[in-house]
Amino acid sequence: MASSTTTTSTTTTAKGSESPWRSSLRQLRRNRASMAALGLLMFMVVASLLAPVYAHLVAHVNPFPANVEGTVMLGGKSVPVLQPSSAGFGVTPIGPTWHFSTYFLGADPQGRDVFARLLYGGRISLLISISSAVICCVVAAVLGMAGGYFGGAIDWVVSRVFDIVWAFPVYLLAICLSVILLTSGLNLGFIHIAPGSLILPILIIASVYIPYVGRPVRGIVMTLREREFIQAAVGSGASDWRILRKEIWPNVAPTIMVFFPMMVAFDMLTESALSFLGVGVQPPNATWGTISNDGLQLLYTRPWVSIAPGICIVLTCAALNLLGDGARDAFDPKAKLRGGA
Amino acid sequence: MLTFVVRRLVSAILVMFSISVMVFLIFFATPGVNPAARIAGRSASPQVLAQVSAEFGLNRPLPVRYGLMMWHLFVKQDLTSYVNIGVRVIPQITGAAPVTLSLVLGAAVIWLIVGVLGGLVAAANRGKWIDPLIMFGGIAAVSIPVFWLGQVVGLLTQTKFHSVFRWLPGSGYVSFSQSPGQWALHLLLPWLTLATLYAGVYARVLRAELVNAMNEDYVRTARAKGLSERRILVRHALRCSLISVVSLFGLDFGSLVGGAALLTEVVFGLPGIGMLTDTSLQNLDLPVIMACVMYGAFFIVVASAVVDVLYAVLDPRVRVVK
Amino acid sequence: MRDLSVSFATRQGLVRAVDGLNLEVGPGEVVGIVGESGSGKSVAMYSVLGLVRDANASITGSVTFEGSEILGLSDKAMQPLRGGRIGMIFQDPMTALTPVFTVGWQIVEQIRQHTDMTKAQAKDRAIELLAEVGIPDARRRVDSFPHEFSGGMRQRVVIAMALSCNPRLLIADEPTTALDVTTQAQILELMGRLRDTHGSSIVIITHDMGVIAEMADRVTVMYAGRPVESGPETDVVRAPRHPYTWGLLGAVPRLGQRSDRLATIPGNVMSPLDVPEGCAFAPRCEYAMPACERRPVMTGDRHEHACWLSPEQRVAIRASVESRS
Repeated sequence: MASSTTTTSTTTTAKGSESPWRSSLRQLRRNRASMAALGLLMFMVVASLLAPVYAHLVAHVNPFPANVEGTVMLGGKSVPVLQPSSAGFGVTPIGPTWHFSTYFLGADPQGRDVFARLLYGGRISLLISISSAVICCVVAAVLGMAGGYFGGAIDWVVSRVFDIVWAFPVYLLAICLSVILLTSGLNLGFIHIAPGSLILPILIIASVYIPYVGRPVRGIVMTLREREFIQAAVGSGASDWRILRKEIWPNVAPTIMVFFPMMVAFDMLTESALSFLGVGVQPPNATWGTISNDGLQLLYTRPWVSIAPGICIVLTCAALNLLGDGARDAFDPKAKLRGGA
Repeated sequence: MLTFVVRRLVSAILVMFSISVMVFLIFFATPGVNPAARIAGRSASPQVLAQVSAEFGLNRPLPVRYGLMMWHLFVKQDLTSYVNIGVRVIPQITGAAPVTLSLVLGAAVIWLIVGVLGGLVAAANRGKWIDPLIMFGGIAAVSIPVFWLGQVVGLLTQTKFHSVFRWLPGSGYVSFSQSPGQWALHLLLPWLTLATLYAGVYARVLRAELVNAMNEDYVRTARAKGLSERRILVRHALRCSLISVVSLFGLDFGSLVGGAALLTEVVFGLPGIGMLTDTSLQNLDLPVIMACVMYGAFFIVVASAVVDVLYAVLDPRVRVVK
Repeated sequence: MRDLSVSFATRQGLVRAVDGLNLEVGPGEVVGIVGESGSGKSVAMYSVLGLVRDANASITGSVTFEGSEILGLSDKAMQPLRGGRIGMIFQDPMTALTPVFTVGWQIVEQIRQHTDMTKAQAKDRAIELLAEVGIPDARRRVDSFPHEFSGGMRQRVVIAMALSCNPRLLIADEPTTALDVTTQAQILELMGRLRDTHGSSIVIITHDMGVIAEMADRVTVMYAGRPVESGPETDVVRAPRHPYTWGLLGAVPRLGQRSDRLATIPGNVMSPLDVPEGCAFAPRCEYAMPACERRPVMTGDRHEHACWLSPEQRVAIRASVESRS
């Protein structure tokens, strides 16, 4: 009854003026691990945004076309990027030079600069995972709120959709969708999405995770629906739209805030897995997953081609999870996440 | 009780039916998608397309095709593959199942032990250095792409530390009946790889549950009873927290046995259900896909039923409601 | 218990949850602590048993039990006391029991923690205890889970558990607050009976003066973490000296009272951060005066109080209040 938590909560109300959002944000800012994670993420984002700067101004390479005939200046000598393999047949790309300006991490099997590709790959990886997390959270919030608030037939449909998608292993569903859509593209009446478009993996990844966010949202809204302040708002004749926006959404938003960084991490892992299986992003676009997959054939001779993008994924996802933990502590300590996929 | 079982059964069949319809529709009714084009390959001529269409009966109405496929799959059990014509589907599944089961069983033992111990030790040492250390390990474990971890583990044991790991065989699978020792050796790396992610998840979930439980009133009562902190944590808090871990475990185990361990199987070249699913997906071998998906859905449905029962065993509050 | 203080360091400053509490409990005596929610009465009792487990809490003062200092003892050293010689009953019986074990198991666990009884002996003792606290069909009910009992029955289980090792002291933290009125009366009657049969001392924490009047031999009234009045139950209830106690007594609804509205104390318990330097109750006190700027000390012989009102003023005020009603 008189535990310290009640004491602090009474004091915050006593101070009064501060909104829960601001105090949560303040608490998040005080979380050192989360702030370090945020710093790392910022670094990743800035580095991949600077990819063209690096490619054109520092390394003078074009990381997209194959560079089988290319040479590189090393220690004053001109060295071919692809050298005859020591095994006698085939070629081996040069390994890491550890010179920041040329082939820092070596070349991939087509003679392209791995480090430059890594920076460009970061753009697509981040773009896909962030946009699919945004789409997933928005759709899940809309569906969850609609189902939880209106109940009845809408809720029945929403929950059945959630149930079926939920009963499907995430990767299996994503692969099914990818296999079929990546060769033919998507035609929905007047909308046509080309097979190689980045929109496809974004939509596929977003849709398989919708129940992960939608179910908790629906649960929250259903309990809120029974609470006095919502009943009071209904009683006073407020429109559904107004109640959803003014009363329900502020209570759902913290949960979304907690889920969002973790969804970005899930999405990035899923994207890399799809790319690993060859059903993710299609060339010429590259992500960390595809670069890692390209390097697979060189795993024993030039391991960095495959390992470096993997490290990028691990670091980014770890940072996102740390941020998610911090957000949970700050916004919604009771939120439960079903981890893993 | 009987109505409960019947309702469970009906909902299970409903879920399996929905999943099979969904997969079927993904492959045959996605707007703008021509399944014949997918089977025939990217640059097939119109004649080849028409031939493929006719050969696989793709121009018959959808419900008829669906019905025929299910009839052959479940009733006559003589469904054959599109790609390797003449190869029966069911024996492929029954051949792959033991591989997946071996992989998942071993991994589950590892991740349960590591995850539960990790969560318990972290929760018991809150505020000391070991708790953030374990939790950081947990975060790292859930952030590693499984396929990448598999590659790196394979790489390290085969090259850099090969002298240390010389006793490890290469990838592949040896059945248990053939040689239990080789079976375990071949599966050791896949087990560890698959277990890493789940150990991280379970340690994190369990720690959060334990920390919540330790703030409950009943823990205060237990303290007032004069019990030791260790006993409170292990007997009272853990027993209550395990309920959610067990339900999580049931669902994870079910989906993994059903094919969700696909990435691990592909990386380590284990011919299990996941790999079969992947190959059939890549070839658009719909009969095999269908069989794999139904098999997977079956385990997911069974797992959720088992979880319901376990829930009732572990949580006496549920027992009465039923 | 001497000069017990508990404070919490929070981001907004130091919160003095308990400030200079003195309390003495003789053998077989029932002492009541009264105050509104948040007045620090529960925290004070939790700190006696070392149950305040907050890294930001600092507890000072002295608690002597059977001649030895127990404040600041390690968990290990406290264990024989907790549940063994000092039993505790909690406010909310709905959450006080571990939901996944049978009540019998939980009582047996405590008995075996403190005695050398075998499982079977402990189980017999548990059944005996459950029967003693008035649970019908105890032999069968011992294997029931907590959720299978009603609130009142569950509180009986908690009491049985607290009594299982014949504690010399029983601390009851609002034992009846969460229960309905008839059950409250039964539980109080039960506790009174058990005090007589077991001969243990009881500290009962409540915000309900009615409970005090029913049970207690002596009373301490607390406000904002500080004791404001203490003395024998009859004196405090019949002739209260502190304006806060007047308020509390006025807030007890009584059958047959002709007043058609309940008396209330104006204002709320203040934020524990803003407790004034002087008398803590002054901001809400009808009779506050300049002297209240300074902190009053507990004065008096058997019946102590901490208020600057002179006995003459008090008589005058009471007279005027009585004439008004």
